[in-house]
Amino acid sequence: MSIAEKEQEIIEDFSVYSDWMEKYEYIIELGKDLPVINEEYKVEENIIKGCQSTVWLYAEKLNGNVIFTADADAIITKGLIALLVSVLSNETPDEILNAELKFIKEIGLQEHLSPTRSNGLVAMVKQMKLYALALKMKG
Amino acid sequence: MSKFAQNKRLLFDVSLIRSQFPILKTSLGKYPLIYFDNGATSQKPECVITAITDYYTKDNANIHRGVHHLSQIATEKYEQAREIIRKFLGARYAHEIIFTSGTTAGINLVANSFGKLLQPGDEILITQMEHHSNIVPWQMVAEEKGLILRYIPIDKNGELVLENINDLINTKTKLVALTHVSNALGTINPVEKIIELAHKQGAKVLVDAAQSLQHFQVDVQKMDCDFLVFSGHKIFGPTGSGILFGKEELLNSMPPFMGGGDMIKTVTMEKTVYNDLPHKFEAGTPNIEGGICLGAAVEWFASLDLKSLAKHENELLQYATNRIQEIEGVEIYGKAKNKSSILSFLIKGTHPYDIGTLLNQQGIAVRTGHHCTQPIMDFFEIPGTIRASFCFYNTKEEIDFFIEALKRAVKMLKE
Repeated sequence: MSIAEKEQEIIEDFSVYSDWMEKYEYIIELGKDLPVINEEYKVEENIIKGCQSTVWLYAEKLNGNVIFTADADAIITKGLIALLVSVLSNETPDEILNAELKFIKEIGLQEHLSPTRSNGLVAMVKQMKLYALALKMKG
Repeated sequence: MSKFAQNKRLLFDVSLIRSQFPILKTSLGKYPLIYFDNGATSQKPECVITAITDYYTKDNANIHRGVHHLSQIATEKYEQAREIIRKFLGARYAHEIIFTSGTTAGINLVANSFGKLLQPGDEILITQMEHHSNIVPWQMVAEEKGLILRYIPIDKNGELVLENINDLINTKTKLVALTHVSNALGTINPVEKIIELAHKQGAKVLVDAAQSLQHFQVDVQKMDCDFLVFSGHKIFGPTGSGILFGKEELLNSMPPFMGGGDMIKTVTMEKTVYNDLPHKFEAGTPNIEGGICLGAAVEWFASLDLKSLAKHENELLQYATNRIQEIEGVEIYGKAKNKSSILSFLIKGTHPYDIGTLLNQQGIAVRTGHHCTQPIMDFFEIPGTIRASFCFYNTKEEIDFFIEALKRAVKMLKE
């Protein structure tokens, strides 16, 4: 499934929920499916900077694709990073770098988008793209 | 009779007070706004918003310069604001009132200017509950000048431990800089007592009143502080406005902090003769609108019956403190006997960020995080708290809704 197709699926999943509570309950559920980062990678240098809660993110390359694992100490943040991982993980570095991730706005999470918001998705997306770039350079 | 004479009668009709704040009539989606982030900034009454518009509509000009009509009007209003604030603080002279951009700017001014008068080995005393803005400027000047920075510790209730105060304030102490009210814990500190002890040792005292003036009356002469700083935006005025009060004699003895226009008498290519107070510390074109409208805010606030406001805020705090116990695993940080209307807490098994996010979804504004007081968080060994800070325009009904919203959030997070 391409990134765009995965995004479309998420948009459809979220369209079922009209109420904010249901939406957040779903995000919280997503967090439970997050491929959890190996304990040994839960170190200072893998923490996404500028977040009010702690988010650890790790990436490695497998068969040319980037595989993300992550964790967070806040449940909603964990759901948000899980959402991103489900879209971007197991894709090539180029595909990750070119992903526009329009679904974030479409599912009504734009309040998490502000670059200054303390746990913004922006910082997470930026970090994931940086990983993709670094792994691309590494060849 | 003052133009706000009717305000004394308005109290304690909270709905009439609320009607003066346009933002309190707004909603977030289907939920009416519940604003419990007053510790971060206060909302603005109609008269302040009107004063801002009026300034740019009728009076805008640079001050202390032009002979033209507008400049004179703007200058007059700016100086009237200074006088309103002098009266509000009970200062002796208007030139003891220095306009700044806020509390942080006021502290940095004192740290840089008063700091120049200090010698290596001199001591500055702060407390463990200071906002970063009353820690970092002192660390900077201490490093630059070889000063020793010490602090008064806090206890589990969030009160200052004064057992060793006679050691902490000694003949080497040149300045004690402390907050009147803790922004993270709500503790009201015994500043008068500390000022008295400091003065006995010949030390000066700076009081950070950013969290106190909007809650109760402060008289700088009775308090006998040497400096007092606050931010306009926390006391119903515009952002980017603020005040440094300093005793005349002290301000006169201090060198200017910033150089530029307005702070000089004469400038030649060789030498500058500095202007008198307060202009010596007000280099460049100031935030004229901010100053004038801070005057409008203070005039409005001073017209209220401050005692009944404080009583209402205290009732809100007590009510919220009692009701929050209904939630399992709640821990309150800041249990001082003498406390302002700030409720800082955590709920076991939940992250403050999650709680803040879910409260926001229900129209409630609280602050989460370390509140720019990392040493306090380190002391309690927590990453941060959820802080609800109340103002007199808040109501018990809002607290009821907040408690229900909190229960809903906890239920979602713990399921």
